[in-house]
Amino acid sequence: MAEEKKLFKVKIDNISVEVEPGTTILNAARQIGGEIVPPAMCYYSKLQGSGGKCRTCLVKVSKGSDADPRPMPKLVASCRTTVMDGMEVANITSPEVLDARKGVVEFLLLNHPLDCPVCDQAGECHLQDLSYEHGADATRYEFKRRTFDKVDLGDHIKLHMTRCILCYRCVYTADQLTEKREHGVLGRGDASEISTYISQSLDNDFIGNVIDVCPVGALTDQTFRFKNRVWFLKPVDAHRDCENPKCCGKTVLWMRGDEVFRVTARKDKYGEVEAFICDTCRFDKKEAKDWIIEGPRKIERNSVISQGHYVNTVKPKDALVEVLDGRQPKLVFNIHSESQVNRPEIDLSKIPGPAHSDDFKK
Amino acid sequence: MQALTNRAKAVDRRPMSFAEKLYIPAIAKGMGITFKHLFQRKATVSFPEKKREFSPVFRGLHVLNRDEEGRERCTACGLCAVACPAEAITMEAAERKPGEENLYREEKYAAKYEINMLRCIFCGFCEEACPKDAVYMSETFAPANYQRKGFIYGKDDLLIPHPKENK
Repeated sequence: MAEEKKLFKVKIDNISVEVEPGTTILNAARQIGGEIVPPAMCYYSKLQGSGGKCRTCLVKVSKGSDADPRPMPKLVASCRTTVMDGMEVANITSPEVLDARKGVVEFLLLNHPLDCPVCDQAGECHLQDLSYEHGADATRYEFKRRTFDKVDLGDHIKLHMTRCILCYRCVYTADQLTEKREHGVLGRGDASEISTYISQSLDNDFIGNVIDVCPVGALTDQTFRFKNRVWFLKPVDAHRDCENPKCCGKTVLWMRGDEVFRVTARKDKYGEVEAFICDTCRFDKKEAKDWIIEGPRKIERNSVISQGHYVNTVKPKDALVEVLDGRQPKLVFNIHSESQVNRPEIDLSKIPGPAHSDDFKK
Repeated sequence: MQALTNRAKAVDRRPMSFAEKLYIPAIAKGMGITFKHLFQRKATVSFPEKKREFSPVFRGLHVLNRDEEGRERCTACGLCAVACPAEAITMEAAERKPGEENLYREEKYAAKYEINMLRCIFCGFCEEACPKDAVYMSETFAPANYQRKGFIYGKDDLLIPHPKENK
């Protein structure tokens, strides 16, 4: 007779949930969903061993378990702490947690350059969301921020070490997804940095996924660099039959008109990719005809990316042609003949890297 | 009928008296008002010679700012364009090349920046959204033009003069 699995009863912010033994508090909260889910910058459910680095998911355990009801002495990282039967956890109901999280965000932003106007991640950056929700509006840091030079990791990936929060997600991705890991974290403490050691380029079939897992703009797509802002692009779900057996081929195309500016994996509501995609799909298939487009991707209403994307709109019938007895109205002025932006002879999405001044001199 | 307000005054429809029929007191009263206005401050200005001062919060034609060294401040972050309710602003960004540091302040800049003054409603949201102090609205309005294409303002029209070269 199969032994019935005992489920642990946990209470998170006074909401009860029954989860399997061995589940972390964060995952138990995600089973409930909603506002009580602690934010996570380093934990990534698809990567083994991730979590415990960034401390944004700190929660207060007000009751350890039924057997030992004492509270835990300090706030714990919910992504690394497993639940016990009868555990009671406070996340947003505890002012102590919110205060600690505010401190953590301030620490994460200590050395962050805050160059969001330049950064390609802006608009889909978890650090932006986190600091907007939990952070203070000004820094108290008075010293020079650490600076690094920008590094090209291969042809397709740009590393901005100044923006990095050392979440180690990319290291785990490279370790677990690709055959040979070629980059890691060098140095200690304030001096630690993501690096390939001797400026080795990263070329693996799946190394492009480090761009997707990066919660900030430290690792960005060189083929998309400075091309457009994400909120001006239209994300559509698309797929193709990828030759690579490990690649799912299901992606999001970031389009403007018929141009494909960027290809990313599909991300769920926690910003984690649903399945990893290969570098061929990500970097080389930049034409709409390479893809089978499924339809517009649903973007959460609170994201800036959803601006200008209207769903269920009804376009009113243009009565002008009918009134004019079938004649088309005379176009007095065509903006495309005068505008210098979006000229057809300059195809930004086809330029391999970022555009430069000579690209516009054609 | 019930009056909407209590300020309504019924029209006096009684026949006019002899003094009223003469009209002279009424004319004198009217002329008095006219002469009084001759000595009062004028409400108008003689426009082309004399220009009225703008309010300090007036939102006029946009300018693109430069920093003290004359480098363009705009980094083409797109916040003005996303804030624009009339969708008048468009831009294309480019990366600064080595050697262009004296032209652009940051590694990314607006290679093309366009404001369609036909669409613009001069709400000032772009100025408010700009994180780099690059877009400002000046105290003048867009000059008239015979053609619509004259209202598409590119970077040449919007950038302020270089502080060092044009001394």
